[in-house]
Amino acid sequence: MVSNPLDKIRLAVKSDVDIVLCRQKGREMSVQMGFTYSDGALIATAISELARNIVKYANVGEISISPVEVGGKTGIQVIARDEGPGIRNIDLAMQDGYSTSGGLGLGLPGVRRLMDTFEIVSNDSSGTKVTTTKWRR
Amino acid sequence: MLVPILKQGQYLIASVQAALTDADLLKLRDALTEQVGTFRSRGVIVDVTSLDVMDSFACRTLSDLANMIKLRGAETVIVGIQPEVAFAMVQLGLKLEDVATALDLEEGLEFLNRKTLQMRHGIKPPR
Repeated sequence: MVSNPLDKIRLAVKSDVDIVLCRQKGREMSVQMGFTYSDGALIATAISELARNIVKYANVGEISISPVEVGGKTGIQVIARDEGPGIRNIDLAMQDGYSTSGGLGLGLPGVRRLMDTFEIVSNDSSGTKVTTTKWRR
Repeated sequence: MLVPILKQGQYLIASVQAALTDADLLKLRDALTEQVGTFRSRGVIVDVTSLDVMDSFACRTLSDLANMIKLRGAETVIVGIQPEVAFAMVQLGLKLEDVATALDLEEGLEFLNRKTLQMRHGIKPPR
């Protein structure tokens, strides 16, 4: 069976190799869906950061990438999910320069700038879920 | 995937060919830092022309690489950052501060030639 490139893709994220695979898949889908090369780079970069957060903070999780249609707009939706420790203070985590890992602290606010929609739900019992979309122009 | 490192006179040139994992990037950083000593190189060029994503880890590792090479007494220049990669980096808030960049390999070599001339003779390069 040949898988349709426009089907939803679900990828397990466990290591740095998966980070590369996730962003490549996102890039492929952006090409298939007719996104500009430049927007494809933004999507791939956002996926890379989201997958990196999973590996860094939760060790394991999942990235799903799917085409979406909302109100006549076509886009790529990226969902990053993990069952890690959750983010204690989301407001703080969304500030540039804030990091609990000694990193640059640009991950989440950066992803929000790269994409068009951004939603985060996190708590210490069920982990973190980031849902983000980029619309095709 | 290993990044091939070419020796060109007193410079080392690493051409990043494909999508690199974090581990590959760290290996590249360590290999270049090591080989600067082995070959007594004066400069290092990291060519990222074919890199389509530069995320926070890649950015920090390249920055660390340049600082480590500096401590070893050589200069580093990153060349070939593509326009869309530059755009994504700026959106993400990434900066390659204190790291020299140049348009392409040719400009990178030119930069190192000026830098090493300056180091050897204490001449201020023409601006």
